[in-house]
Amino acid sequence: MPAVVVNNIVKTYGKKKETTALHGISFETAPGELFGLIGPDGAGKTSLFRILTTLLLADSGTASVNGLEVVKDYKAIRRKVGYMPGRFSLYPDLSVEENLNFFATIFNTSIEENYDLIRDIYVQIEPFKKRRAGKLSGGMKQKLALSCALIHRPDVLFLDEPTTGVDAVSRKEFWEMLKGLKAQGISILVSTPYMDEAALCDRVALLQNGKILSVNTPAGIVDDFAWPLLAVKATSMLPLLHHIEKFEGAVNAYPFGEFHHVVMKPGSTAVQLQQFLEHKGHAGLIVKEAKPGIEDCFIAYMKN
Amino acid sequence: MRANSPFSILNSQFFAFIKKEFFHIWRDKSTLFILLGMPVAQIIIFGFALTNEVKNAKFAVLDQSKDVATQQLITEMDASRYFDLSKNLTSYKQIEEEFKKGTVKLAVVFPPNFNEDLQHFNKAQVQLVADASDPNVANTLTNYASNIIGDYQKRVTGNRELPYTITTEMRMLYNPQLKGAFNFVPGVMAMVLLLVCTMMTAITIVKEKEMGTMEIMLVSPMRPQLVVFAKAVPYLLLSIINISTILLLSYFVLEMPINGSLVLLVGESILFTLVSLSLGLLISAGAASQQAAMFISLIALFLPTIMLSGFMFPVENMPIPMQVVSKIAPASWYYSIVKSVMIKGIGLHAIWKETLVLAGMMVFFLTLAIKKFKIRLA
Repeated sequence: MPAVVVNNIVKTYGKKKETTALHGISFETAPGELFGLIGPDGAGKTSLFRILTTLLLADSGTASVNGLEVVKDYKAIRRKVGYMPGRFSLYPDLSVEENLNFFATIFNTSIEENYDLIRDIYVQIEPFKKRRAGKLSGGMKQKLALSCALIHRPDVLFLDEPTTGVDAVSRKEFWEMLKGLKAQGISILVSTPYMDEAALCDRVALLQNGKILSVNTPAGIVDDFAWPLLAVKATSMLPLLHHIEKFEGAVNAYPFGEFHHVVMKPGSTAVQLQQFLEHKGHAGLIVKEAKPGIEDCFIAYMKN
Repeated sequence: MRANSPFSILNSQFFAFIKKEFFHIWRDKSTLFILLGMPVAQIIIFGFALTNEVKNAKFAVLDQSKDVATQQLITEMDASRYFDLSKNLTSYKQIEEEFKKGTVKLAVVFPPNFNEDLQHFNKAQVQLVADASDPNVANTLTNYASNIIGDYQKRVTGNRELPYTITTEMRMLYNPQLKGAFNFVPGVMAMVLLLVCTMMTAITIVKEKEMGTMEIMLVSPMRPQLVVFAKAVPYLLLSIINISTILLLSYFVLEMPINGSLVLLVGESILFTLVSLSLGLLISAGAASQQAAMFISLIALFLPTIMLSGFMFPVENMPIPMQVVSKIAPASWYYSIVKSVMIKGIGLHAIWKETLVLAGMMVFFLTLAIKKFKIRLA
């Protein structure tokens, strides 16, 4: 049985349904899978999470979590899933320990009962257990929130942008924890606006403006990238970008770190581009082949 | 799963939530201070500052008779708690001068031969001149003075049979001293309970929505309605503390008697608290932000309580539409219950109608609140 099934879900907002957040999207995640929803702000990630956690009703379409239908079986779903909203949503005036105890009781369990599940995460915040949750650092808050979402050993874990606003080290730690949870057999649906995190998922769905661009493994998505990709650098980057856009053999060009990435038409070569740019008088020119990443794929999908 | 029966599940969740709620209240010291200090402050302010009783008003005397009777009368007035003799005048002209200076509020004028007239003709005149730039004070002062003079007259003529004398005897039932406290203590109780229960419950529930914790609560096995009820319990307890504070203060500090049954009074107060809590829950179901919850509570409840419950202005004098509005406000029913029980000392048989109305309101608001409570976000 799939962990999550989303079938042609449409969600609109506003009295006249003038804003469409989700345009009939469909996908499935396998049990025990770490599935990523990758997309920028406003892509519809949170709307989808809220529909799957029974907090919102879709306009049309069906969805189920562990075989339970989100509208009809909402009570059963609420018992079995763990949900960590995008915003820090614990009680800032309660201590770490009090928060955890409270959520354990709300879910009819105790910290001791599922301690093995949260141990790896909880040991990191345990030294601060008497501290008020509001006084924790961003990364600590997320660890506490994850502990609270896990306290009842959910079948499916929904994490809405858990790493947004968290420093690089904490992000890395957080993904390590997710791997550990996956190893314990928990199905995880996680959303993130960070493309580099897509590679850490088993499979991802690329989401943009309420539409799914692609559902695949991170490697599969990159393999689908059919064009040659070049990385180009010169002393003055902005004129460089304008000139690349004028080059006929280029499909698309965009800034990418310290380079510009250039998607080439099949048949166009790096040498041709280099000559074109040298002719325009660029100094310090470096043109090299680049390996496409998820972000390149995302941009390519958006372009089509 | 640790819990075995559904009942124990409900219990442990419910109590964990109430415990958490007490943490919130206890750790927000400034709000707690306001919640518990407000009734004390209001009782003291209304009891000692905002009163239309007149005490120790300065008065002047123009005594053209200077005999035993006038001396006795002046001494009696001076000795009463309402008046203080400030000046002896010698002419009519001085009365107006004193009024203009604002040093006295009342002048008492005895004509010549006051005692002789009183003894021989059974008829003597005394003139009271009051500074009516404040009509209420003037009215009150002349009433007080007339009473003192009337009392004196009765004592003097008491042993003699007077032909054809009509004496009006006024009795102020239940509140012979016309103490203002009798009026405002019930009002303050209604106000404080409404404020604590309605506004605070509405605000704390909406706060959970704003903070996003309601989102997690909803995605949990806890029944959403239980979340809301658990929110109300601490405020019920807080209100019971406030009811006790108000009653203790009014009994010991304002010397206001509790003539009726204390159990009945507290019981009715708890009923009113429950009405207020239900209203708070109803408001929280509709309000999207803490500010909205506060404004709705203040405008829809607080103002009618003060203006229309009869606590500040008598309902009987209002135009009919306003009287209707006043009947809709729960506070006006509670106000009349408290007055009946506390001051008139009557029992449940006389206030069953009001009690029934309050109970009905509670059921109505609570049903509506539960119906309106959203089990989802939108």
